[in-house]
Amino acid sequence: MKYRVFRTLPLFVVLSAVAFAQDLASFEKRITVKKLNNGLTVVICERPEAPVFAFFTHVDAGSVQDPLGETGMAHMFEHMAFKGTDKIGTTDYAAEKVALQKVEQAYAAYLAERDKRVDRDDQKLKEWEKAWQAAIAEAQRYVKPNEFPQILESNGAEGLNAFTNEDETAYHYSLPENRLELWAYLESERFIHPVMREFYKERNVVIEERRLRTDSNPIGRLLEQFVTAAFQAHPYHRPTIGWMSDLNSFSATDARRFFDTYYIPSNMVVAVAGDVKASEAMPIIEKYFGRIPSHEKPDERTTTEPPQNSERRVVLREATQSLYLEGYHRPDYLSKDDAVYDAIADLMSNGRTSRLYRALVRDKKIAADSAGFTGLPGIKYPHLFAFYAFPMPGHKPEEVAEAIHAEIERLKAQDISDDELKMIKTRAKANLIRGLANDEGLAFQLAIYQARYDDWRELFRSVDRIDKVTKADIRRVATQTFVPANRTVGIIETTPPATQAQSGGAQ
Amino acid sequence: MKRASVILLIFLVAMICGAAAQTAEWQQIKVPPLPAFHPQEPKRVELPNGMVIFLQEDHELPLIDGIARIRGGVRSEPANKVGLVEIYSEVWRTGGTKTQTGDQLDDYLEIRAAKVESGSNVDSTTLSWSSLKTDFDDVFKVFAELLREPEFREDKVDLAQREAFDAISRRNDDVGGIAVRESTKLAYGAQNPYARVPEYATVAAVTRQDLIDWHHAHVHPNNIILGIAGDFDSSQMEAKLRQAFGNWPKGPAFKPPEIEFHPAKPGYYLIPKEDVNQSSIRMVELGTTRRNPDYYAIEVFNEAFGGSFSSRLFRNIRTKLGLAYSVGGGIGTAFDHPGILRLSIGTKSQSTVESIQAMYQQVDDLAKQPITQPEIQQAKDSILNSFVFNFDTPEKVLRERMAYEFYGYPPDFLEKYRAGIEKVQIADVARIPPKYLHKDQLAILVVGNTSEFDKPLASLGPVTKVDITIPPPPGAEQGKPGSQQ
Repeated sequence: MKYRVFRTLPLFVVLSAVAFAQDLASFEKRITVKKLNNGLTVVICERPEAPVFAFFTHVDAGSVQDPLGETGMAHMFEHMAFKGTDKIGTTDYAAEKVALQKVEQAYAAYLAERDKRVDRDDQKLKEWEKAWQAAIAEAQRYVKPNEFPQILESNGAEGLNAFTNEDETAYHYSLPENRLELWAYLESERFIHPVMREFYKERNVVIEERRLRTDSNPIGRLLEQFVTAAFQAHPYHRPTIGWMSDLNSFSATDARRFFDTYYIPSNMVVAVAGDVKASEAMPIIEKYFGRIPSHEKPDERTTTEPPQNSERRVVLREATQSLYLEGYHRPDYLSKDDAVYDAIADLMSNGRTSRLYRALVRDKKIAADSAGFTGLPGIKYPHLFAFYAFPMPGHKPEEVAEAIHAEIERLKAQDISDDELKMIKTRAKANLIRGLANDEGLAFQLAIYQARYDDWRELFRSVDRIDKVTKADIRRVATQTFVPANRTVGIIETTPPATQAQSGGAQ
Repeated sequence: MKRASVILLIFLVAMICGAAAQTAEWQQIKVPPLPAFHPQEPKRVELPNGMVIFLQEDHELPLIDGIARIRGGVRSEPANKVGLVEIYSEVWRTGGTKTQTGDQLDDYLEIRAAKVESGSNVDSTTLSWSSLKTDFDDVFKVFAELLREPEFREDKVDLAQREAFDAISRRNDDVGGIAVRESTKLAYGAQNPYARVPEYATVAAVTRQDLIDWHHAHVHPNNIILGIAGDFDSSQMEAKLRQAFGNWPKGPAFKPPEIEFHPAKPGYYLIPKEDVNQSSIRMVELGTTRRNPDYYAIEVFNEAFGGSFSSRLFRNIRTKLGLAYSVGGGIGTAFDHPGILRLSIGTKSQSTVESIQAMYQQVDDLAKQPITQPEIQQAKDSILNSFVFNFDTPEKVLRERMAYEFYGYPPDFLEKYRAGIEKVQIADVARIPPKYLHKDQLAILVVGNTSEFDKPLASLGPVTKVDITIPPPPGAEQGKPGSQQ
């Protein structure tokens, strides 16, 4: 159990590393991990700075797990997890349950007619739709809208939110410390007795979210097309928000099935950080979260993305300013080179000393901003290392592409300098320390690392791994990754809007 | 005696169980009282030259961070040089000091994983640093030199101008950005210093000398509030700061600008945008300040009406009608000038007019079904039970204290706020909508794809089209419009 502090430390980081190692030792003392009988993992970090705590529930299911024809489902369920339970959000659950079953029957009938290839009867379709809407109205009679978040807010919840990405779904907020037991009850209940009430209205809310983030946003449109082009076999191909037709098709029954399949305790990590004592909090958490029924892990097979052997290009012609983006396939986060990619991202992108800033922004003055980053669209499976630049007015995407490629070639051809390597390593340590300064950040990081590596200590070891990166590693990884055949390019090209004359300056 | 008490006990248990049958499961969970918590207040030091310093020790991590806030910001810049303060606050750092260029500072700081950054906002500029404790002296030296002897080198003025031109060229690419910018103009007036935005011409008019002049006019010790938080000893730090800034002579007192507000005429304003399928709708009028005695009732009203998951707008327009993902709003307040009353909704093009009407319905309902006692209780509970999150880190306490100092609010304003919220009654909240939220005074802005609207916007009333075409640079070469070269 003892954590091994940094074994080899170059001289130049000795001062900060000393403080850092003390810090690690203190975390080892303050953190308690327990795997409950049902397979759920709990991490508690004692941080008695103020009478509050934050938590982070990590569910190891994201949009990669969306079933065929149900893209957007992981995210949809995340929305449904705020709708309450059989005891919260209802005036009479027995009656509501019956009414919700009728909604599903009516929807299935409507869908069957709607999706007929031949002989669809439009009159009948209208009737089915009416019946479905009537069933929704009937079920609505039993709903206490938003009672679940209302209980949380009136108890002082701060930062109440959740997110879904390709790899995972997460729920998080903070509360005053005297609400720990109330939290344990509420947070476990929503994963024991979720109720798919108001599903079809919430689906419309999610569709509006798609319009906001993707359809009505040029960068959102580019990113969706770009990622879709880069991944052809692996589920990263599909957007987390979901395709419009799937959003307009999947049902509450489908959502429940998704929940039953993936929201199992062995897929869940709950981290708590703040003014709690593990000796007191663990029994409470165990009492409530231990109730989540366990069953077998779902089949987790996914198609492996085959090697890319030709460059792919996506060009959007838009009435907006231009943008250049390119991505290269790289292995998943468990790769032995993971830290090397992190080092490259830092070297290329972090601050005004970064290579892309200096070359494209400061010296050539052809971009307003340029950076490289890893983890597109996720990290759990092989993914992309990407570069982008926003060309300055009067400069074309091709020009910034050329400059980015020149910097990439430099990475392959020449060792980075001693100072650059030192900056990368010092920054990794400092950034880690800065991320430990609040309950929310701690709960987030501990949960993610516990879930991803089955050991929260990897959060600290990640810095250790960066510390071992050599100049040769950077050249080797750059040479093997950043090659044209492994590249997908995404470009926004500026074209004037077609109807500019009458729209009066919508550009 | 004993027997009687046992019977009494059985009776009590029976009563409790009986009550339990009536209350929901979650209500049976005990919430013990929150232990008393007295956050550590920063130490306030005022130097003889007027510089105010706050020292907040926090020994949790080996870091020392600080920020200097200087009076005078974007709202004070001349109308023909809008963008000056933004450029100033970029070049302040990138332009370096007398002894080191900005690029040299970049190298010097990054190798220590440290930052020194300048910034600006409507009423002030800032210079801040973040450093590991062990590097504090090295980093503070840079901070102090930049504070007193920045060089504003010409090449970085040029770079900052180019970046400003790029930002101008991209400002109509994002619907949300357009909606915020243009609705602010409607609420305050297009030429108002809180609303106007840089143009090619006003950015091109900014010279290095302007930046130097701005610095000399504003950066005086008596105009500065400096806050430091982290792993240090206050008395040692105080001694260091006295040595660094004690001999810095006082400058002229800062005069806040006189600002007038000329809100746009109420009515409908339209910005057509063809490449979207969602309309961005903003309804605005002038808000008020936090010095207003109604402030506490406004806070409770905002929470109940449009500021939370539990609010009416969220419940009715998002949850019940499914018309929007983002919906909300309230009466805006600021420390020293009126905020903006803003109601926002993003809805598919095909429900644009329907959503405006749904929002009207919510406003009308405030008169017909005023905010109820349970709604007020919910709002107050929410504000008061989450109150501890205003000061759960030493850095937050420091930030609050610095803000009160800057705006001349009492140092215990947060405590006054709590007491103010506790006192709010149903009648206080009932007074708020008729006084601040007037359906017939709203300017309603719609940014959207008009060809897909459910009904023309004109079906609601006369519509004014807003032209957001970016005025081209005056003459000038590509890539650096309006260059004075």
